[in-house]
Amino acid sequence: MDFLGVIQLLDSSLRLATPLLLACLAGLFSERAGIFDIGLEGKMLASAFFSAAVASYTGSVWIGLMAGIGASLVLAAIHGVASITFRGNQLISGVAINFLASGLTVVIGEAWFSLGGRTPQLEGAARFQEITLPFANAVRDVPYLGPIYADFLSGHSILVYVALALVPITWWVLFRTRFGLRLRAVGENPAAVDTAGVSVVGLRYAAVMICGVLTGIAGAYLATALSAGFVKEMSAGRGFIALAALIFAKWRPWYALGATLLFGLLEALGNRFQSLDLFGIPIPTQFMQALPYILTVVILAGFVGRAIPPRAGGEPYVKER
Amino acid sequence: MTINKTLMGAVATIALTAGTAFAEPGLIIDLGGKFDKSFNESAYNGAQRWVEETGGDYSETELANEAQREQTMRRMAERGANPVVVLGFANASTLEVVAPDYPDTEFVIVDMVVDQPNVKSVVFAEHQGSYLVGMMAAMASETGTVSFIGGMDVPLISKFACGYAQGAKAADPDANVIVNMTGTTPTAWNDPVKGAELTRSQISQGSDVVFAAAGGTGIGVLQAAADAGILSIGVDSNQNYLHPGQVLTSMVKRVDNAVYDAFTKGAAGELETGISVMGLDNNGVGFAMDDNNADLVTPEMVAAVEEAKAKIIAGEIEVHDFTTDGSCPAY
Repeated sequence: MDFLGVIQLLDSSLRLATPLLLACLAGLFSERAGIFDIGLEGKMLASAFFSAAVASYTGSVWIGLMAGIGASLVLAAIHGVASITFRGNQLISGVAINFLASGLTVVIGEAWFSLGGRTPQLEGAARFQEITLPFANAVRDVPYLGPIYADFLSGHSILVYVALALVPITWWVLFRTRFGLRLRAVGENPAAVDTAGVSVVGLRYAAVMICGVLTGIAGAYLATALSAGFVKEMSAGRGFIALAALIFAKWRPWYALGATLLFGLLEALGNRFQSLDLFGIPIPTQFMQALPYILTVVILAGFVGRAIPPRAGGEPYVKER
Repeated sequence: MTINKTLMGAVATIALTAGTAFAEPGLIIDLGGKFDKSFNESAYNGAQRWVEETGGDYSETELANEAQREQTMRRMAERGANPVVVLGFANASTLEVVAPDYPDTEFVIVDMVVDQPNVKSVVFAEHQGSYLVGMMAAMASETGTVSFIGGMDVPLISKFACGYAQGAKAADPDANVIVNMTGTTPTAWNDPVKGAELTRSQISQGSDVVFAAAGGTGIGVLQAAADAGILSIGVDSNQNYLHPGQVLTSMVKRVDNAVYDAFTKGAAGELETGISVMGLDNNGVGFAMDDNNADLVTPEMVAAVEEAKAKIIAGEIEVHDFTTDGSCPAY
């Protein structure tokens, strides 16, 4: 494969990694605060639907994005009430959210647009357009660096850059601010935080809400940037892959970037080389499509080492026993 | 207790007789949904046409997941629907089991052959229709590379791909045909994001006409093609209107006619069981022409395709059917 082919592959990886990265960071905030969230998938789906529906209704993708985040926040609040206030089982609440989103999006979509749960195709200002970074066309002819800048880094929708920027921001918030320290402490030892006079419940709600905002952006990216409208079940398991990436990344922001880019790259590879002749032996399509999952297992089993989740993860906090 | 039983028996008998007297046709919409702008929607339109023309009524259910197939089929038959039309190859093994239990109900299955005395199997010669749009694709292509995106990786979809590749090679022996499948599970029918990504990957490999036979995933394919300014080809229903001026044509598969026929003949009681093949000769498959693609299709293309069509019907051109031997001579 030539150099341009590599650039195109990386370009595709970045696009495919973005929803995973956003969802992974969302899960990171929530799980660092001790709230397991397997409802990432459902929140993404709800956001994808509402962002596409509202964008098509108003004609503005930004209002759509807000609606998507709003929908995701509502589900996040449900998760919060169930698992923080009422101390319910976090996994069950997450599963419920996934089912709720999967059913509600189709029902509301059918009632609203009568297109079988689909939204109308989005056009023009109702979609996130690809933006060209400054000087991209001017430097395209520079050998090597030119195509890297012009074809790989430039020409994505703004949400891709938002997602990339969120990696250092997440790192800074979690590891360099007082809020981040407390948030991490709540996931490790909530009793200590409580003793220091800081509200465990408040911190956990804050984390769950941040998680809602990020999954909201991820869902909106799927429906209004990567494609042009909502189709039922369009999140297609990406929320769960993000969870795998989160474990793979050991709940760290920079590792999360690496993990999601790797998943993106594997998916892009599977798309690009569906039929491959390796040293004269044809490799079946099915193998290439299974490759991301095979490698996930191999990497998780062999290379990650021990991934230790936040100690108080999954445990509702009870003030006095 | 005995009285209760007798009562229940009586009620059941009444319900049963009411059911048989009903005898309205039933339609089971397959996974992918009623408004997939493609296969299922075409079937739904056929049923609607029947309703408009006859004023009749029919019952309809939509599968939500793989596990509901048998249950839905049985319930439809028990409610007295006759004939029961099921859509899609994935129903074959279920129907094989269900059909013998309801010998008085006639079943119609689209896209697959089920060998039971009360089943009519409607199969389409998709390879012939795909051959024609493959020819058009190769003639419209400037790069000499055309591509195909299938939904789930099953023999039926390879039948489309193989016909398409043969057609492209017939029009341009040097044509390069890229064939990609979205996935190996039913979610592959509903992943427009992946469809769009596959399209971009094919464009980067030089393709400038892409044919999608992928249900809901195809929506993403057509969108990505329109975004990138290349041509696309729709499938099953006429999808030319989705992106006017950017969809070269659609390989229409008249599932609507199959459903309409089944309903009409079923109502008249003259439905013949057995295998029925819908091909180019009886307008079961074909390519769509309308205002939206009038400027894209040149008279030469139409002439070439019409000639090939006549030759296929006359048997002078033999289009290889992938499902017969599981291999394709064109790729």
